[in-house]
Amino acid sequence: MSPSDNKHTTGTARVKRGLAEMLRGGVIMDVVNPEQAKIAEDAGACAVMALERVPSDIRRDGGVARMSDPQMIVEIQASVTIPVMAKCRIGHFAEAQVLQAIGVDYIDESEVLTPADEAHHIDKWDFTVPFVCGATNLGEALRRISEGACLIRSKGEAGTGNIVEAVRHLRSIFGDIRKLTMADSAELFGWAKELRAPLELVQEVASRGELPVPLFCAGGIATPADASLVMQLGAQSVFVGSGIFKSDDPAVRAKAIVEATTHYLDAGIVLKVSTGLGEAMRGIEIDKLDTRLADRGW
Amino acid sequence: MVKVGVLALQGAFREHAEVFDALGAETCLVKRPDQLAGIDAIALPGGESTTQTKLLATSGLKDPLIQAMRDGLGCFATCAGMILLAAELHDARADQQPLALLDISVQRNGYGRQVLSFEAEIDIDGMPEGFTGIFIRAPRVTRVGNSVEVLASLGSDPVLVRCGNIWAAGFHPELSNDLRLHQLFLNQLATTEGV
Repeated sequence: MSPSDNKHTTGTARVKRGLAEMLRGGVIMDVVNPEQAKIAEDAGACAVMALERVPSDIRRDGGVARMSDPQMIVEIQASVTIPVMAKCRIGHFAEAQVLQAIGVDYIDESEVLTPADEAHHIDKWDFTVPFVCGATNLGEALRRISEGACLIRSKGEAGTGNIVEAVRHLRSIFGDIRKLTMADSAELFGWAKELRAPLELVQEVASRGELPVPLFCAGGIATPADASLVMQLGAQSVFVGSGIFKSDDPAVRAKAIVEATTHYLDAGIVLKVSTGLGEAMRGIEIDKLDTRLADRGW
Repeated sequence: MVKVGVLALQGAFREHAEVFDALGAETCLVKRPDQLAGIDAIALPGGESTTQTKLLATSGLKDPLIQAMRDGLGCFATCAGMILLAAELHDARADQQPLALLDISVQRNGYGRQVLSFEAEIDIDGMPEGFTGIFIRAPRVTRVGNSVEVLASLGSDPVLVRCGNIWAAGFHPELSNDLRLHQLFLNQLATTEGV
């Protein structure tokens, strides 16, 4: 850093939430090695999520899923110029401290990994690095924001290639936001109790008509039309996990999902990029699952 | 009334549209070449410059945008937008070709990763009081051509530059809840275009 008289203040809410604003209208892709990270960047991903196994493999392998090997994250950081995110276990603030020390650009306190704490999420205000957290409903989203999350994503059901859960979560969050904007001031106290969320945040959402941080979609996106669907429902960006690198032709599919996310209202473009993509990842029906990842988190 | 288009391929385009709206300009989002018609200026928002560069090409916007700016379209660029306009990039992918519409050299992420992103008070020419600059994985200007005027600096680094009616900031005035810089741009546009 060059010598400067100006005082630099790092880790402010505006700086942390600001990066989430910069990721809007984009696609964040799960990658497990530098080669995949390059493919994602080539396709126009606005960020990558570095992890050892994509969710569908975590599902298949079982066992305890933990933070990735720092060496792998560092190699991915060295291979791309876009932001690199990484996951820690719910409540595992020591893993988060390690990820901050590596210098990842965002931490995902993620239900895809095995939770480390069955009652508490991380106090995210304590960190300079911003956090994204999953949510299945508005109360969960507001609890995560009250703990300092700067970005919320729908949980969906990771590793299934099945969009139904993400749609359920987005509809639940946006539906309740719409109801909040119609509530009178007395009713907001009841809403805060029902949502188990701080009153101040409930009041803020009621007056703004949206969350105080961006809301992205994750969990089950496998096709360009899936991306268009969730963007039209109100998501501001999409996370794609297993959907790209478990498909026939990841490079082409990645690029198609990027274009569909930008031009989500233009069915002509979604049609064009959807054509001739080859096989999507093989999906799983939700009621055939042994473990529902979305149930993790409190 | 001035009409401002906001490039809406990826990034924080909504905030720019809201600020220009609040200042009484007519705004529209630009995702396709035909949406460039009838605008007096274009805002190039923050976001990921590699992503935006690719989408400029696939959407068919790149050449029409370059032509429109050569023909005098005003431009207000922030962060990734500044990278798009630059003549020369350091630390970027070899295939990331900037539009070369502003004679500056820029180092991507010139202040480091997100944990080093920061806020700092800066002084802007033509603005009586200070302005809070929000720098997020910000580009660093390493060279400024003779035709380019520096309107604000951070230490020795230019952070707000202008050439005619093309403005570029390394920080994010659209996130500051402070309309003054957008207003300054609109004022200058009005003087040069008589609108």
